[in-house]
Amino acid sequence: MRNILEELGERRDVARMGGGQRRIDAQHGRGKLTARERVELLLDEGSFEEFDMFVEHRCTDFGMEKSKVPGDGVVTGWGTINGRVVYVFAKDFTVFGGSLSETHARKITKIQDMALRNRAPIVGVFDAGGARIQEGVAALGGYGEVFLRNVLASGVIPQISVIMGPCAGGDVYSPAMTDFIFMVKGTSYMFVTGPDVVKTVTNETVTAEELGGASVHTVKSSIADGGYENDVEALLQVRRLIDFLPSSNTDDVPIIPSFDEAERYENSLDTLIPSNPNQPYDIKELIVKVADEGDFFEIQESFAKNIVVGFARIEGRTVGMVANQPMVLAGVLDSDASRKAARFVRFCDCFSIPIITFVDVPGFLPGTAQEYGGLIKHGAKLLFAYSEATVPKVTVITRKAYGGAYDVMSSKHIRGDVNYAWPSAEIAVMGPKGAAEIIYRSELDDKEKIAERISEYEHRFANPFVAAERGYIDEVIMPHSTRKRLSRALNMLSKKSVTNPWKKHDNIPL
Amino acid sequence: MLIDIFPAAQQTLGFIGLYSAGGVESCMFGKILIANRGEIACRVIKTARKMGIKTVAVYSDADAQALHVSQADEAVHIGPPAAAESYLVIDKIVEACRQTGAEAVHPGYGFLSENAQFAKRLEKEGIAFVGPNVRAIEVMGDKIASKKFANDAKVSTVPGYLGVIETADEAVKIAGEIGFPVMIKASAGGGGKGMRIARSRDDVAEGFAASMSEARSSFGDDRVFIEKFVENPRHIEIQVLADGQGGAIYLGERECSIQRRNQKVIEEAPSPFLDAETRKAMGEQAVALAKAVDYRSAGTVEFIVDTDRNFYFLEMNTRLQVEHPVTELITGVDLVEQMLRVAAGEKLKLKQKDIELNGWAIESRIYAEDPYRGFLPSTGRLVRYRPPAEGTDKTGHTVRNDTGVYEGGEISIYYDPMIAKLCTHGPDRDSAIEHMARALDAFYIEGIQHNVPFLSAVMQHPRWIAGNLTTGFIDEEFPDGFSGIEASGAALSVLTTVAAVMDHMENMRRRRITDQMGGNPVKFSVKRVVSLDGEQHPVEISEDGSALLRVLHPGAGGKAAADLAVQSDWRPGDPVWRGQINGHDVAVQVRRVLNGYRVAYRGVDAEAHVYTRREAELAALMPEVEVADTSKLLLCPMPGLVVSIAVEEGQDVKAGEALCIVEAMKMENILRAERDSVVAKLNCAPGDSLAVDEVIMEFE
Repeated sequence: MRNILEELGERRDVARMGGGQRRIDAQHGRGKLTARERVELLLDEGSFEEFDMFVEHRCTDFGMEKSKVPGDGVVTGWGTINGRVVYVFAKDFTVFGGSLSETHARKITKIQDMALRNRAPIVGVFDAGGARIQEGVAALGGYGEVFLRNVLASGVIPQISVIMGPCAGGDVYSPAMTDFIFMVKGTSYMFVTGPDVVKTVTNETVTAEELGGASVHTVKSSIADGGYENDVEALLQVRRLIDFLPSSNTDDVPIIPSFDEAERYENSLDTLIPSNPNQPYDIKELIVKVADEGDFFEIQESFAKNIVVGFARIEGRTVGMVANQPMVLAGVLDSDASRKAARFVRFCDCFSIPIITFVDVPGFLPGTAQEYGGLIKHGAKLLFAYSEATVPKVTVITRKAYGGAYDVMSSKHIRGDVNYAWPSAEIAVMGPKGAAEIIYRSELDDKEKIAERISEYEHRFANPFVAAERGYIDEVIMPHSTRKRLSRALNMLSKKSVTNPWKKHDNIPL
Repeated sequence: MLIDIFPAAQQTLGFIGLYSAGGVESCMFGKILIANRGEIACRVIKTARKMGIKTVAVYSDADAQALHVSQADEAVHIGPPAAAESYLVIDKIVEACRQTGAEAVHPGYGFLSENAQFAKRLEKEGIAFVGPNVRAIEVMGDKIASKKFANDAKVSTVPGYLGVIETADEAVKIAGEIGFPVMIKASAGGGGKGMRIARSRDDVAEGFAASMSEARSSFGDDRVFIEKFVENPRHIEIQVLADGQGGAIYLGERECSIQRRNQKVIEEAPSPFLDAETRKAMGEQAVALAKAVDYRSAGTVEFIVDTDRNFYFLEMNTRLQVEHPVTELITGVDLVEQMLRVAAGEKLKLKQKDIELNGWAIESRIYAEDPYRGFLPSTGRLVRYRPPAEGTDKTGHTVRNDTGVYEGGEISIYYDPMIAKLCTHGPDRDSAIEHMARALDAFYIEGIQHNVPFLSAVMQHPRWIAGNLTTGFIDEEFPDGFSGIEASGAALSVLTTVAAVMDHMENMRRRRITDQMGGNPVKFSVKRVVSLDGEQHPVEISEDGSALLRVLHPGAGGKAAADLAVQSDWRPGDPVWRGQINGHDVAVQVRRVLNGYRVAYRGVDAEAHVYTRREAELAALMPEVEVADTSKLLLCPMPGLVVSIAVEEGQDVKAGEALCIVEAMKMENILRAERDSVVAKLNCAPGDSLAVDEVIMEFE
């Protein structure tokens, strides 16, 4: 018996060394951690239970039968993050460059199946060279199996991908179908075809970083939801994100007991809106000041900065925050902002996370670039997402709510549950100047008269009361009491029950 | 609630009844107007309210939401933001008095406070001026005239020639008579302009011409004079109070040697340098001068004092000084109250023998400026403004904070960048310094840059602690500017301990998250590593009863082991950690950053991450992030349109000089040079549309 125990110990030791010390050192030399080190950081100390540690590939072509490494390039299993179950797979770059074989794929799908069946989030850590070429079509089949499970799990359990090295070709589509993608700056990149192929096909000369680094995907393409300085920072942030998310679409949001007073007044919010209507202010100040302890996990911070989305807590419960950002492009809605917010709103709706919307929007962005780029369809995505969402929706209009963008931003008309306005709110079809110039076009030449018309319009519509008279605004509130109002509204809505008509699925304008 | 600003005097001297507002006064004003803004307006309102006097504030467009406006009983709008069109317009102030029926005007400091025309005009309008008589303002307002006057009043003045000097030869001759080194000064001067030090005859000839031309271009008045240059001088001033009816006293001195570019930064009372004899001599001369001009109200006679305690008259300020609180704290006299009483025609009830100096007071001026970038002014919204608590504690130490701003308020570009005057008072200088350091630790400001880290650094400076000061202190001790203090010794121990304790608290709470797996709860290792600015420090945390944590520093690398008991009621989200470490009161400013905290304490501002031992091992493997050197680039701070570019390639630019204007959402933002440099390359032209952080121009 002792011998058998010893053998287990020895076999484990061998498996844990992955591709061997030399490759581990090389991995460290590149500023990257190994798969097992990453899993260790992600999960509670000592909570990781590894599955399929002894799995080896079955390929016999190209002399592969002679080189086998237990684990086959991916570390899989489960553990806990602050006591909550999480499934994890992490590509092991030290073993066959983390490339995907049939058995490697099977290890991943086993974990995916368990996560879906047992209703817990799954985190995938990517650092690999793509398909194992020696296996050919068997590897492609493996990819397909993984993709399918990503899709089936979508909207049932949170799926998070962390890109911590190369992620190319077939590898990119699994992360692409998950809820969130995070990247490490400098050491990770994602693309469908790499710089060499690009050079041959389009004759573009481009580096891997320029083609698909964190600086590209967090800023330009919006593929990634966040970029971090190194592996440690990224994984600790994933832990932080998991704390915000329910384990599945049938679970409640997790609650962290809060020390923060629900009825905390923030008097400084009374002066947040500048007296000059064209002067910007930072909407994040409002978000941070109403959130529990000022804790806000922003999603896609560097992309479409004219809208801010992310997670916070109120009275210990997770909420999704969506807010126009007057600091950037006056908070206008454009294609990028609409897509970014729409995806976030749909995520919240999938997972029963109430949505708080702060509105200060001058409208949709005009211009050929926007119209040619499909603004109508992208704008419709946000409108669609808000309209179909059945989670509690609380809206606060802080300043401008102009035109169609007013309707889009979780208005009463698309089932906003509680719609507040600050006294500084202006709900109108457009700004006073534009409106007066259209209504009184004949007086355009008379500067004095038109100025009078503008001030007339301002007086009538640049306030929340016209909308409040119609019931489009439930209550005009003092800015300093915003947190108290939000927490009361969310408590009142905690048993909200709405169902949309039965359908196979909707047809959101993709 | 109003905070009583003289608690020390009340407690220890018990004479408050003698001077306070309690007495029945028939002639006191019913309503006064304060022709000022900011903290000094609030300061005057405080005393007026205590005396039962109604107050009127005035405000410009930029101050519509200012604190002084909301504190006053009434407020009158007096025009656009620029002071020249509002606070400095005599007609508008007079009109505001008429409108509101104010019987007197308190001018504060700056603005119209030393404007003889203003005092005359008020006299004509039958409105009392809470300040001196017109003659005193006029005489003391002129550098040469005041010096002559002081000389005649037998006040010790710097040896020199006060006549107008016509030629360089004459200047050389006079300098020789005075003895080198000498200072050549513009008669109309101020702010260091038109000033030259000469150590030899050649220097004089050269300096004379330079001073004259500088004086002409700066002040339109090329009169210069020569006086002895006092080396390693200290700036010490005497506070006087006079009633213009024969009553005049001095209230000890203030030392204001800690200055930056002639701007006072830290003041104290008394001076660590004066002995009783010198104090008395200076005080008596100051009183003599006040009597000679029939001075009425509070005034300050400024002296420079050399290393042998010789003192020389510098000038007399015919107004309430910025730094008056330190005198109030050590004498227990409310100077504003005395000013109001004298202005209402009362005689001084205070006699010289009533003035006793009690303990030590220090004032730190909190400025909206960036200490790490050459103290460039910083403006913007005060996203957070949490000054330390005011009042007197059990040990008799007082914290007083005179401020004119509030959380959510705005620091505008139009006025003085002073946010607050933080004062502490204790039985002796050391304890006043220690309490100032503590109060600065608890002063939390967010949204703008501020000089609290610099002030904290001065509070620890051995030369400051020794009281070995000269007006050159900052230039001598911080010749290359200020770049923060590195954590070491006690500060390092405090910061690692506080970071560990905060992290422990957050961990404790996270492990109470709902939806956890059944079975045994997760265990968290109490062995942690605090990484402070990248340096790792192992600690071990244990709970000792319900309220106490122990942080064990095992000691390594020459550091002593320590076992610290920590108590705090800090909660995540609180901007200041307050507590006791081994019984000592500690306050640390805390800002949340990714996976950690930014902590500031005693001039140290560091980033702290708290790891498990394993996390720390792995974190140590992470490559250091190379920070891109953007110091030679001007980056676009926001997406916008280039409206104009004010410089050309190859052009020399000075720090603060406007480089270009970027319009973003109809707002024109002027971008300025951060330091002196030469423009190497322009990367854009007017009309270009830029993204954030796009390079606008490069410097050499």
